[in-house]
Amino acid sequence: MADGQEPDDLDGRRRKLEAALAARRTKEPGDAEDAKANGTGGFGNALRLSSEFIAGIVVGAALGWFIDRLAGTSPWGLIVFLLLGFGAGILNVLRAAGLVADFGSQSPKKDGDDPRERR
Amino acid sequence: MATDPIEQFQISNWIPIEIGGLDFSFSNASAFMVVTAVSASAFLYLTTSSRGLVPGRLQSISEMTYEFIASMLREAAGSKGMRFFPLVFSLFVFILVANLLGVFPYFFTVTSHIIVTFALALLVVGTVIIYGFYKHGFGFLKLFVPEGVPGALVPLVVAIEIVSFLSRPVSLSVRLFANMLAGHITLKVFAGFVTTLSAFGLAGAAGAVLPLAMTIAITALEVLVAFLQAYVFAVLTCMYLNDAVNPSH
Repeated sequence: MADGQEPDDLDGRRRKLEAALAARRTKEPGDAEDAKANGTGGFGNALRLSSEFIAGIVVGAALGWFIDRLAGTSPWGLIVFLLLGFGAGILNVLRAAGLVADFGSQSPKKDGDDPRERR
Repeated sequence: MATDPIEQFQISNWIPIEIGGLDFSFSNASAFMVVTAVSASAFLYLTTSSRGLVPGRLQSISEMTYEFIASMLREAAGSKGMRFFPLVFSLFVFILVANLLGVFPYFFTVTSHIIVTFALALLVVGTVIIYGFYKHGFGFLKLFVPEGVPGALVPLVVAIEIVSFLSRPVSLSVRLFANMLAGHITLKVFAGFVTTLSAFGLAGAAGAVLPLAMTIAITALEVLVAFLQAYVFAVLTCMYLNDAVNPSH
C-alpha cells in the first residue's frame, strides 16, 4: 500500500512542481509584456508595427532604384519593387502582430489551417 | 544655447585622424562607445571576480543578466543556437549600457545615431546569412519558399519573402534609433519649457513646475525604454538566429 502510494505521490509532487515552474517561466516574459503594456504600451507597439511596415516599403524602393541604376530599366524596377515592398511591409506587420506564421515555422498543418482560420 | 533639442546629437571630432582619404576621426561618439564597452566589461569583470558561491548583490546582477540572455536564446533558437550566446550577450549589454549612459545629462547617446544601430543590425543579419549558407548550403534558400504555395504564385511569394527578409535590419535599426532619438528630443523639449516659462516672472516659475514634473516622469520612462529596447533587440536577434540554425522545421 505504502509502496504503491509512494511513487504516485512523488509523481504527483513532481507534476505539481513542473506546473509551478512552467507557470513561473511563462510569467517571466509575460511580466516584461505587462511592463510594456502598462508603460509605453500602445506607443511601443505602434512604433514597432509602423517601423516594420515602413522598412518593407523603403527596402523595396531602394532595391528597385538600385536595380534600375544597374540595368537601366528606368521606371519599371522601381514600380515593381515598390509594390513588392508594399507586400513585404504588410507581411512584416502581420508577422509582428503574430497573425501569420514566422519564417521558420512551416509545418504544413499550420499553413493549411491557421491563416484561413484567422481570416 | 541649451534650448535646441537637436544640438545634443551633434558629432564633434575630438582627435582628427585621416587614413587614405577616409575619416577615422575619434569623435565624441567613438569616445562614448569606448566608455560603454569599458564600463560594461569592467562591471562584469569586477562583480564576478570574487567568484562567490553565494553571490553578492552586484554579482547576482551579472549572473541574472547571463541567465536572462541564456534562457531567452535557448527558448528561441534551441541548444544549437547557444553558440551565438557571446554575440547576443555582447549586443544586449552594449545596447543596454549605451542607452542607460545616454540618460545622464550632457552624455552622448550612441544608439540615437542610425549608423550605429544599423551597423549592429547588419552584424546580426550578416551572421544569419553567412552561418546559414555555411551550415546548410543552398538549403538555406528554402527559407524563402513557404510550403503549400501554389506553383504559379511561388515567384511572387519568394520575391516578397526576400524583400521582407532584407527589410529586417532596417526595421531593427530604425526601431532602436527612433526610440532613443524621440525620447531624448521629448526630454529636451520639456526641459526647455522649464527655462522658458521661468523667464516670465513669478507666475511663469509657478507654471514651470508642470513641465519639470513631466521631465522627471519622462526620465523614468527613458530608463524603461532603455531596458525595453535592448530587450527587444536581443529577442529579435535570437529569432533571426533561429532561422540560421534551423531554417525549416
